[in-house]
Amino acid sequence: MKITVTLNGKRIEAEITPDMMLLDFVRSQGMKSVKRGCDTGNCGLCTLWLDDKPVLSCSTLAARANGKKVTTLEGVQEEAKEFSDFLAGEGADQCGFCSPGFIMAVLALKKENPNPTAEEMKEYLAGNLCRCTGYQSQYRALCKYFGIQEV
Amino acid sequence: MEQTKNKYVGQAIIKKDAKALLSGKPAYTDDFVPENALVVKLMRSPHAYAKIKKIDTSKAMLVPGVEIVVTYKDVPKKRFTLAGQTFPEPSPYDRLILDEYVRFVGDPVAIVAGKNEACCQKAMKLIKVEYEVLEPILDFKQSLDNTILIHQEDSFVGHDGQGTDQMRNLCASSEEIEGDVEGVLAQCDYLVEESYHIKAVSQAMMEPFTAYTYMDVYGRMVVQSATQIPFHVRRIVSHALDVPKSKIRVIKPRIGGGFGAKQTAVCEVYPAIVTYLTTKPAHLTFTREECFTNGSPRHEMEVKIRLGADKNGKFKAVDLYTLSNTGAYGEHGPTTVGLTGTKSLSMYYGLEAHRFAYDVVYTNRLSSGAYRGYGATQGIFALESAVNELAHKMKIDPIKLREMNMVHEGDKFTHYYGESATSCALDKCVERVKEMIEWDKKYPCYEVAPNKVRAVGMAMAMQGSGISGVDVGSVALKLNDDGFYTLMVGCSDMGTGCDTILAQMAADCLGCDMENIVVFGVDTDQSPYDSGSYASSTTYVTGMAVVKCCEMMMKKIQKAASGILELPMEELAFDGERVFAISDETKGITLPDLVTKLQAGTGEILYAQSSHTSPVSPPPFMAGAAEVEVDLETGKVTPIDYVACVDCGTVINANLARVQTEGGLVQGIGMSLFEDILYTDKGYLMTNNFMQYKIPTRIDMGKVRVDFVETYEKSGPFGAKSIGEVVINTPAPAIADAVYNATGLRFRSMPITAEKVFMALQEK
Repeated sequence: MKITVTLNGKRIEAEITPDMMLLDFVRSQGMKSVKRGCDTGNCGLCTLWLDDKPVLSCSTLAARANGKKVTTLEGVQEEAKEFSDFLAGEGADQCGFCSPGFIMAVLALKKENPNPTAEEMKEYLAGNLCRCTGYQSQYRALCKYFGIQEV
Repeated sequence: MEQTKNKYVGQAIIKKDAKALLSGKPAYTDDFVPENALVVKLMRSPHAYAKIKKIDTSKAMLVPGVEIVVTYKDVPKKRFTLAGQTFPEPSPYDRLILDEYVRFVGDPVAIVAGKNEACCQKAMKLIKVEYEVLEPILDFKQSLDNTILIHQEDSFVGHDGQGTDQMRNLCASSEEIEGDVEGVLAQCDYLVEESYHIKAVSQAMMEPFTAYTYMDVYGRMVVQSATQIPFHVRRIVSHALDVPKSKIRVIKPRIGGGFGAKQTAVCEVYPAIVTYLTTKPAHLTFTREECFTNGSPRHEMEVKIRLGADKNGKFKAVDLYTLSNTGAYGEHGPTTVGLTGTKSLSMYYGLEAHRFAYDVVYTNRLSSGAYRGYGATQGIFALESAVNELAHKMKIDPIKLREMNMVHEGDKFTHYYGESATSCALDKCVERVKEMIEWDKKYPCYEVAPNKVRAVGMAMAMQGSGISGVDVGSVALKLNDDGFYTLMVGCSDMGTGCDTILAQMAADCLGCDMENIVVFGVDTDQSPYDSGSYASSTTYVTGMAVVKCCEMMMKKIQKAASGILELPMEELAFDGERVFAISDETKGITLPDLVTKLQAGTGEILYAQSSHTSPVSPPPFMAGAAEVEVDLETGKVTPIDYVACVDCGTVINANLARVQTEGGLVQGIGMSLFEDILYTDKGYLMTNNFMQYKIPTRIDMGKVRVDFVETYEKSGPFGAKSIGEVVINTPAPAIADAVYNATGLRFRSMPITAEKVFMALQEK
């Protein structure tokens, strides 16, 4: 089947199979920042925006993106820089495999709730797993980014 | 090397690859797979133990798009191991790429390769297999000398000195005794005799096992893989395919975490045989389920301890016996188990006698391997729990008991290859942790609500820094135009930041900006040989190779300048930017000018290479303390605060050392409270995804706080020891004791789930 998608600001038409997942579609279009970390929608690595809302692209059919706007980290490089710099400054990138999905979730939170409490922030991001950092360095970067007092 | 002020070493330097990784640039194995690569899938055994009587692939081959179906009939018959260890390998040769016998649920039965996943899936359903289902051994306590044999094949190869005996299901065995253990134990006033159990927990790195293979223009096989051990993968693939190593090249791009899982060549041989048989590119990525069911988890172990002390609490003797479950295959079986003794007993000084013995047995469970801590985690959980139990028995503060018995700088270790503690601030780490957690105020527990109790518990830990006399780290330096250097490394940065750390060291040694150091790794055709990134070796072993290599390079620079300036070498100095005459600093040449001249044919192009092996493995030390809250109505244990203080020698990168520690602690917390391994009675692993196998999220782990006490280890680069593994060892015993202090319940197996606490509270 054919779909039309605005991927990172660029309108594209593509032929897909009906069972293709959005994750595989965006990767096939060169958006390699989007990663697969599990098979059950638990890890958050594949987080991208569908019409500016964060979704798990591993469990979203590519067909559902038809006529919609799809945004990956490649499409928000400027917007992501401030937070990415905080992460780098804490050494919180580590292996980096979970970073793109995590950053997309953080930027989505910023849009939805520019001044979250520490609890709201953690709740919102609880679906983004990381095995390297133990989350503490990510927490320090988040506090700097959202202007939250570290506790 | 003396302690001087450094520009980069000790600082919180941003990782060299941070920008690329944080902007989502293609960097990992799966980001570079050739478009025409065949998709490889593995058809897996539904039985824990079976013999393949008949396998018919004819229908599967008819599926459009399917290129090849490989069965045990098509693979070389020479056995090998997938463990990434220095040759000669200690792990037995008990594997074939595919075998007539399948030895655990998930063991591959056939390899299918085709143009997409759908056709492979369809083909797998059409492979007809007739199994002779055999009775499995699922309980590792039943394995030794069982009438059922896991490996009965004639082609099995056990290696000398490991105590391997396939006819007893024995992968490895050993016993070492010092002093009259029974005699001393008999005279002790206090004795703790217990056994402790750690399950086969999973590394759960975010990037699954993945590799792709293709033939290059010279007819050699290229393996691009997410691996901690590129040079070992070259050997393993050569053994598996029975082709010379010269025909194989291994490339490691960025890796999405390893934690030891990728110290075993878990997936590489499957695409490799497809490419070998078809000459076409092939790609295999494990699903998350496969990462769990066919990965390379921690060895399940039962550690039995007898710890004896006199009336004052001075330890007199320890008897430690470990039964380790290597699963269906023996990867890392003979070696992980040794650390249960060496890395636990050596924290305590002045024992009159000790015995350390072990058996490592085969079972029809998934094959175990290397996971951060590598046996030390299991041994330390056991011994530190026993020490805590002794403290309770004697009614003394567990910290006081440790202060009486712990090893100090200068002491000869109890059981550590005859080495002494050349740098050790374990006492200071314990003292610091005591302050951080406010031990004296909180120990043992306090009530926060009618049914909610908070309590504290603590433990100590040590590890090694590389494998003494075995691990080899090598680096090479090239001096390029404009005076920048290429630092070629053979160790694997798996997110730990070793590329950055080694560049920090090189920049300080060479007196240049870090911008001037380009790090390249790893490609077995181009990188100098390195054993790989495991055993907490990279900073300590490869770091020292960097220091040596920089010294060589500086000498070469001075020598080359001496020729051009026509001045004797002894009269010249090099400050990193310029070589000049000591007597007259105006006479000299800048580094870029020197390279320009050399590249114009007036001298030799400068290249230096150095390798390092350490005769010792100085342990990093640490102490950790947990504060938990236990809900006495539901049994739920909530981590509130975890504090840790680490002695890793000199901290090379303040950020990365901290993040390593925090990450290791949270993995340890996960193992202690959430991460469970559950099988059906037929041997099927139920905890095979992130819904069942629950790793900590950011709302589960409580607060984690880390501090360092620096020592200076003379045998290490800039005084550094290791940090990567020691950090996972304290949470299990510390949390178990905190739970005891809150409830009076002693848990000697992990994880301490709400169900277990609740049931135990009911029985109480």
